Amino acid sequence: MSGQQAYALEITDVCKNFSGIQASKDINIRVKEGEIYGIIGPNGAGKTTLFNLITGVYAPTSGSIRFLGTEIAGKPTHEISQMGIARTFQNIRLFGDLTVYQNVLTAYQHNLTYSFLDGILRTKKFRQQEKKAEEVCLDVLRRIGLYDLRDQHASKLPYGQQRRLEIVRAIVTGAKLLLLDEPAAGMNEEESLELSQIIKDIRKDYHVTIVIIDHHMDVIMDVCEQITVINFGEMLTTGTAEEIQSNQAVIDAYLGVNDDAED
Amino acid sequence: MSYWTGIATQVGIYLIAVLGLSVLCGFTGMFSMGHAGFMAIGAYTSALLSIHLSMPIWVSVLCGTLLATLIGTLVSLPTLKLRDDYFLIVTLGVGEGIRLVIQNLADLTGGARGLTSIPGGVTIWGVLVIAVLAVVFIKLFLSTKFGRNCIAVREEELAAKSVGINIFRYKLLAMVISCALCGLAGGLLAHYLNYLTPTLFNMTKSEELIIPVILGGRGSLTGTIVAGLLLLPLPELLRFGSAQEWRMVIYGLLVVLVITFRPSGLMGNKELTLQNLKKFLAGFFLKNRGQAPDGKGDSV
Repeated sequence: MSGQQAYALEITDVCKNFSGIQASKDINIRVKEGEIYGIIGPNGAGKTTLFNLITGVYAPTSGSIRFLGTEIAGKPTHEISQMGIARTFQNIRLFGDLTVYQNVLTAYQHNLTYSFLDGILRTKKFRQQEKKAEEVCLDVLRRIGLYDLRDQHASKLPYGQQRRLEIVRAIVTGAKLLLLDEPAAGMNEEESLELSQIIKDIRKDYHVTIVIIDHHMDVIMDVCEQITVINFGEMLTTGTAEEIQSNQAVIDAYLGVNDDAED
Repeated sequence: MSYWTGIATQVGIYLIAVLGLSVLCGFTGMFSMGHAGFMAIGAYTSALLSIHLSMPIWVSVLCGTLLATLIGTLVSLPTLKLRDDYFLIVTLGVGEGIRLVIQNLADLTGGARGLTSIPGGVTIWGVLVIAVLAVVFIKLFLSTKFGRNCIAVREEELAAKSVGINIFRYKLLAMVISCALCGLAGGLLAHYLNYLTPTLFNMTKSEELIIPVILGGRGSLTGTIVAGLLLLPLPELLRFGSAQEWRMVIYGLLVVLVITFRPSGLMGNKELTLQNLKKFLAGFFLKNRGQAPDGKGDSV
């Protein structure tokens, strides 16, 4: 945390090679605390790879990733989560056999500090913490609009609700940084409008920093203060929504430049 | 002790081991083909301590339980990071390895001839109390964060990691609980049968322990108990004639049928509770009268 500006996330010169293939090259991203930050780019540009690097699914080949000033590159996933980074998945990964409520309650686990013996003997500490857990989880479900579905099996929810449940699950971990991997995928216009509102509400209610990957330009342009465009694992540019929309390199990346004679 | 009391006692003892496996396989999603080996450690340790050191059986059974847990932990440390199918192969090897070691330590264990004159003292009531305590323990365990985290590991490993669950730690916990309960069951068996042979703990036994978990429903404690109570008496009841050989064929057929038609097991992850039973019956009767079951009849 340097000087006047506190960064939630600082990614510096990060590269990732998969046996010769360069999935990420010289990525530099600074996300301020409390910001909503967007990462866009065509399919296969290396956006999810970046999330996997931040959450410790992969270790970067080189470079540094700092979360609130602490180096996290290469740490195991569960430790990074415990430090306060939570994510959702592009290809939904819920605890499918469990109910909506059980999914959320499970995710709250790091905030429960009782011991194994406390749990088996049902001590006061256990009962108090479990009661608090129930209150917190039900409250988040209510705010995000899944309260009425709490006893449904997660795998039986409609697609959009499953994505929403992933967001709830990330919030209850108590994270300070949320990474949303294509939260609007498969949503219609109305649903993605609603999602934009939810994302803004989450930042306000839970004081979190949010990084979003998405193809839905309307969501990204609507909620993100800063946007980075990635193509072929490299950063094209960073800027506000207006700057991005008028950037020639970005337009070329999305629409293609007139040099495609070879394919 | 009458014949039927004898069968009930053995069923109770094996049920304790099955409960252990339900934590490991049913709730944490790790399959083991070698837990008869951990039963064997509990059984032989307890038997030898009570024979040679004249320990009271509850002390020797406790020691057997602890040693089975310790060895289970030592085996787990290097193997739990393997993928699940490799873990299964390792447990298969470990289970058979334990049996072969016991068989070849003839001076200590009596080898293949077996170990006789083990002090008795395990009664049906003792077994019943311990089995009930084991059920209560698992039930309590499952509704703590520790139980929930194990289930999360079974459901989706990457998501579990991403909410801060240390996968390795919870797999180890499940392994410790399962080895402890298997070791305990082994100790009880030794002091109930008064003799032990290595063949009591072969691979077939490991399979017999895991089949109730699969058939009853991974993730259903009551399903596992019901399946256990139905299947565990079979080895005794089918003891005579060629029935014994057909038993494993029937088991195999049952498993194939369940995997084909009801892959989540008889009970899935539902528990058999009065409430669920009522809902099920209500739904059943309403359906028979041609009315909509109000969307609530789909449980069980």
